[in-house]
Amino acid sequence: MTIMTDPPKESFRLSMLLNDSRYRSLTLQVIAAILLALVIFYLANNVATNLAALGVSISFDFLGAPAGYDINQRLIEYTSQSSNLQAAFVGILNTMLVAVLACITATILGVFAGVLRLSNNWLVSKLMSIYVEIFRNIPLLIWILVIYGVMTVVLPAPNAFRGDDPSASMFMGISAFTNRGVYIPGPEFSRIFGETGILSAGIGWLVAIAILVGSFFGARIVNKRATRIQEATGVRPATLATNLAIWFLPLIAFFIITGLTFVVPVLKGFNFGGGIKIGAPLIAMWLALSVYTGAFIAENVRAGIQAVSKGQTEAAGALGIRPGRIMSLIILPQALRVIIPPMISNFLNITKNSSLAILVGYADVTATLGGITLNQTGRAIECVVLLMLFYLIISLTISGVANVYNNSTKLKER
Amino acid sequence: MSDTSASAVAFVRTESVPASAPPSNAAGPVKWVKDNLFAGVGNSILTVLAILAIYMVLSKSMPWILNGVWDAPSLSACREILNGETGACFAVLSERWNQLLFGFKYPAELYWRPATAFVLLFVAAAPVLFFDLPRKLLIFTGLYPFLAFWLIWGGPIFYPLIALIGLIVAYKVFVAFEKNNFTMALGLGALSAIVIWYLSGFVGENSALLALSLEAVPSRDLGGFMLNMMLGVTCVSLSLPLGIALALGRQSSMPFIRYICVIFIEFIRGVPLITLLFVASVMLSYFFPPGSGVDLFIRVVIMITMFSSAYIAEVIRGGLAALPKGQYEAADSLGLDYPQAMRLIILPQALKISIPGIVNVAVGLFKDTTLVSVISMFDMIGMIRGPIVASTDWNGIYWELFGFAALLFFVVCYGISQYSQWLERRLATDHR
Amino acid sequence: MNKSVFFGAMTVASLAAGAAAAGTLEDVQARGKLNCGVTTGLVGFAAPDANGEWQGFDVAVCRAVAAAVLGDGNAVEFVPTTGKTRFTALASGEIDMLARNTTWTLSRDVDLKFDFVGVNYYDGQGFMIPKEMGVASAKDLDGATVCIQTGTTTELNLADFFRANNISYEPVPIETNAEGQQQYLAGACDVYTTDASGLAATRATFESPAEHVLLPEIVSKEPLGPLVRHGDNEWGDVVRWTLNALITAEELGVTSANIAEMSASAGGSPEINRLLGTEGTLGEMLGLSASWSKDAIAVSGNYGEIFAKNIGEETPIGLARGLNAQWTDGGLIYSPPFR
Repeated sequence: MTIMTDPPKESFRLSMLLNDSRYRSLTLQVIAAILLALVIFYLANNVATNLAALGVSISFDFLGAPAGYDINQRLIEYTSQSSNLQAAFVGILNTMLVAVLACITATILGVFAGVLRLSNNWLVSKLMSIYVEIFRNIPLLIWILVIYGVMTVVLPAPNAFRGDDPSASMFMGISAFTNRGVYIPGPEFSRIFGETGILSAGIGWLVAIAILVGSFFGARIVNKRATRIQEATGVRPATLATNLAIWFLPLIAFFIITGLTFVVPVLKGFNFGGGIKIGAPLIAMWLALSVYTGAFIAENVRAGIQAVSKGQTEAAGALGIRPGRIMSLIILPQALRVIIPPMISNFLNITKNSSLAILVGYADVTATLGGITLNQTGRAIECVVLLMLFYLIISLTISGVANVYNNSTKLKER
Repeated sequence: MSDTSASAVAFVRTESVPASAPPSNAAGPVKWVKDNLFAGVGNSILTVLAILAIYMVLSKSMPWILNGVWDAPSLSACREILNGETGACFAVLSERWNQLLFGFKYPAELYWRPATAFVLLFVAAAPVLFFDLPRKLLIFTGLYPFLAFWLIWGGPIFYPLIALIGLIVAYKVFVAFEKNNFTMALGLGALSAIVIWYLSGFVGENSALLALSLEAVPSRDLGGFMLNMMLGVTCVSLSLPLGIALALGRQSSMPFIRYICVIFIEFIRGVPLITLLFVASVMLSYFFPPGSGVDLFIRVVIMITMFSSAYIAEVIRGGLAALPKGQYEAADSLGLDYPQAMRLIILPQALKISIPGIVNVAVGLFKDTTLVSVISMFDMIGMIRGPIVASTDWNGIYWELFGFAALLFFVVCYGISQYSQWLERRLATDHR
Repeated sequence: MNKSVFFGAMTVASLAAGAAAAGTLEDVQARGKLNCGVTTGLVGFAAPDANGEWQGFDVAVCRAVAAAVLGDGNAVEFVPTTGKTRFTALASGEIDMLARNTTWTLSRDVDLKFDFVGVNYYDGQGFMIPKEMGVASAKDLDGATVCIQTGTTTELNLADFFRANNISYEPVPIETNAEGQQQYLAGACDVYTTDASGLAATRATFESPAEHVLLPEIVSKEPLGPLVRHGDNEWGDVVRWTLNALITAEELGVTSANIAEMSASAGGSPEINRLLGTEGTLGEMLGLSASWSKDAIAVSGNYGEIFAKNIGEETPIGLARGLNAQWTDGGLIYSPPFR
C-alpha cells in the first residue's frame, strides 16, 4: 500500500536549463541571441576597421550632388545637372514601367499558351509544350542578349530609311521599326496644353484616364439600376446604347476640345523625330521578360485548369453548356484560385528579373543607382544598400497584396 | 411443319459476317488527323497557323545550320569559305571549345581533372536521385565533395583529407552522445571537429601527406561552363542543410529564432540575385577581417548559397505544412523529443514531398549562375561576351555562341526537370 | 566540393590575416605574386590572347612592377575588373595595384582615397562615326544617338560637352566594348565614343577600318595611370618609380636589347648607372634589390618599346605617340631624375 505524495520539490539545477523543456527554449534563444550579437558585432567591427583603414566613411551626401550623366529614357524631368537621387527615381520609374508592361503581356501570353497546351489539337499542344520547355530551361540572361541582338541585327538602322531608294520603308507610312526602337505616331493635345512635349501629353493622358474611370463608375450605376429593375419586374431594360454613350462620349468630347492630333514620326537629322519612341532596350527587356515568364505562367495555368476536377466539365456538359463557355464560366473561375498565387510570385520575379536590364543598357534603377552612379561616385556600399532597400520594399508590397488576396479567396469552410 | 426447315429458306447465314474495315476517313491516320488537327473550323485555323509558324522557323534556320562551317581559324576566313551563302560559323565552337568549357586560364594539361570530377558527379548523385540503388553507394557521395575539391583545385590532398577526418570524427562523437542529449551531442561534435582541424595545423611542412599533391589551380582560373556547373552544384548542396535549418527555424515555437529566420528568408527573397552578386563583388570584402582577401569565387558562393537556401527553406516549409497534423501529434504521443520527432518522423516525409520543389529551385539556380558574368567572372556567358567576342578573330560572331550556350543549358535543365517529373510520378501515393 | 571550400577558405583567411598587418610591399614579397587589376579585355591595353596569356600596355606595367619587386615578370596574378568592381577590389586589398586605364581625377584621388602614381598614357575622349555620314565636327552631332561604354568618366564628359555646346543627343550605355562595337556597326547608334586610344583599338578590329573616321574634337583630358591605395607610401613609391624607370630608360636609350650589356658594369653615364643600380643605392632606398630597375626594364623593354609593341603605329591599333612622346620630343612623358 502506497500513499501518493506530492513529487519531491526539485531544486533548480543548472542542467535543467538544457534538459527541462520549461527552460530549454529560453536557454536556446538566449544562446542564439548572443551568437547573433557576436556575429553582427564581428562583421560590423570588420567593416569599421576596413573603412577606417581606408579613411572613408559611409555617407549619403552624394545623393544630393549633380549626377552629371544623361539618361535616354526618362519619365520625369531629368537633365545631367539633376541630382543622383533624381537619377535613381528616373531608374525606379523605368523599372516599374518595364515590369508592369511585362506583367501584362506575360499574363496574356501565359494564359493563351497554358490553355492551348491542353487543346485537342495535337500540333498546337505540342508546339506550346515546346515553347514552354524551351523558355523555361534556358537562362533569361541568354534570352535578353539574344533578343536584343536580334533587334540590333535584323531591324534596319534609321539610315536605311534615307535617300531616294531606301532599303527600308515605314510600316503603313506611319510607324518605323528601327534597331534603335520603334517610332509610332504620338498623340498631342495642341489646343489646351499649348506647347507640345512629353509632359503636356502626359497630363492629357492622365486626364483621359480620369475620364475613363469616371465613365466606369457611371456605367456601373446604370447597370446596377438595370439589375434592380430586372429583379423587380423580370425585364431588363436595354442598356447598351447608354453604356456606349457613357464610355465614349466624354472621351471624344475631351479629345475634340483639347485638339488631339497624332504626330507621325519623320526622319530628320540622325533619327526619327516626333511621335513616340519605344527604345530598343525597353522592347528587348519587355519581350524577353514576357516570353520567359509567360512560359512559367503557362505551366501555372495548365496546373490550375487540371486541378479542377473533371466532374465539373462533365456536369457543365450535362447542363448543355457549350465547350467555350464551360471554360470561361465553370473551369477558369475555379482554376483562378489555384493560378493566382503562383502568378503573383511570377510578377514578383518579373520585377526582380528586370534588374538584368543593365545588360542591354536599359536605364532601370540597377543601371542608374547601382550602375552609373555607383561607378561615378565610388560609393559602393551606399548604392547597393539603397538598391536592395528599393527591391525589398517593392517585393514586400506585392507579397502583402498577394496575402490579402489569398485570404479573401480562401475557400470558406466550416 | 417440318418442311419449313432450313432448306425452304433460300439462304441462312450460319456464321457472322466478318467485320468490314471502317471507312477510310474514320480510321487510321486520316481519322487521327481529322480528330487531332482538323476537328473544327477554329481548330483547323490553329493547325494552319502552327504549320506556317513551323515552316517559317525551319526555312530560316535549317539552311543556316546545315550549311555551317566547322573548320576555320577566324570569322573572316569562315565568311570566305561560305562565299556569301547563308551559313553558320560553328568553327568558333570547335576552335574555342576548351575555353567555352573550362575558361581561358585553366591549364590545358589539367583538363582531365575537372572532366573526371564531372563524370564522378553522376556516380555520386545517382544514389541520391534513384532510391533503388544500393545504399552503400552513399558512402561515395559523402566522399565526393572532398575528392572533387581536390581534383579541381589541386594542392596537397592533406587539406581535404583533414576536413573529411574532422567531419567523420564529429559525426562519430555526435552519434555516441546523441542518446543522452541532442544539443550537447551537436556541440561536442562541432568541438571535436574544430580540435582535429586545429591539431592538423601542427603537422609538419614535410609530412608525406603534404607531398601527395596535385598541381594547385587558383579559383580565379576557373571559368566556362565548368564554373556554372561548380557554382550550381556547390551552392545547391550547401544550401540544402541551411534551407532545412531555416525552414525548421521558421516553424519553431521560439519567437526569437522564428523572427530571425523570417527576416532572413524574406529579405533574401525580396531582392534580385544580381544585387546580392553586387554585394559579393563590391561589399562583402569589407565584412572580412582586414587583409584576409577571400577570393571572388568564395564570396559568390556565399551569396548564392544564401540566396538559394532562402528559396529551399520556403519549399521545405511547404512540405512541412503539407504533412497531416496527426503525424506531429503521433510523434509527440510516442514521447519523442523535438530532434527525434523531426529526424525520425517529420523530416523524412516532408523532404520526400519537397523533392520536386527543391529540384525546381536547383534548375532555377543553375540558370541564374550565368549572372556572375555581370560581375566580371568568366563563366560560359562571360567567356562569350568577353574574351571570345572581343578577340580580333571572332569579333562580330554571335548566334553560334549563344545558340551553343542555350543548347547546353537546355540539355542540363530539361534533363533535371524530366527527372523531377518522373520522381513526382513515383512519389505520388494518392492513387488517383 | 562544398564544405571543404569553406574549410579551405577559412584556413587561407586565417593564414592571410596573420600576414596582412605588414605593408603591401612586404605582402607581395611574402606572397611571391603581385595581384594586379586590369580590364576584362581591351585589345592593346589588357586582353588575354588565344593562349590565355594577358597582353597589352597596362599589362606590361604590371609585369614591370612584379619584376622590380619579385625579380620575375611572370609573377603576376591578373585580376579582371569592371568599371564597377575596380575601386572596391583595390580598396579591399584584393589587388595590390590597379592598371586599368583609369583616369586621374580629383575625387578619385581625394574622396575615394587612392594614390595615382603617375601617368602612363595621356588620352582624351573622342568620337568615331561612319565616313558616309559626312560629319566633320562633333558640334554637328545634334540629335545623334551616341554609344558610350559605361563605367568610365566618358559619360560625364559627354554630358558636359553636349551641354556646353547646347546640342542634344541620346546616350546608349553599353557594358562591354564588344557589344558597343556590335551596336555601332549595326547602325543602332550613329557615334561611338570612348577614349581616343580605345576608339583606335576598336576600329583596328573592324573589317574595313577606312570607312570610319575619328572626329577631330577631343572633348576631355584623360590622364590614365596606375593607382594604389592611399596611405601606403612605400608601396606607392615602388610603383611610381618603376613607371618612372621605364620612362627614364627610354629617355636615356636603355632598351631591352642593350640592358644586359649596360647593367653588367658601371658605364660612362652616371644617370644610367644610378638607374640600373651599378652606382648608388636607389634600390635599397625603395626596399628593393639593386637590380630592381634592370629587372623591370628587361621584362618588356622601356616605355617606348612597350608602346610600340602593344599600341604603336606598327600594330593594328596604330596609335601615334602624340602627347605620349618623351618631353625631349615635344610630348608630355617626363620622369623626375634618378638621383
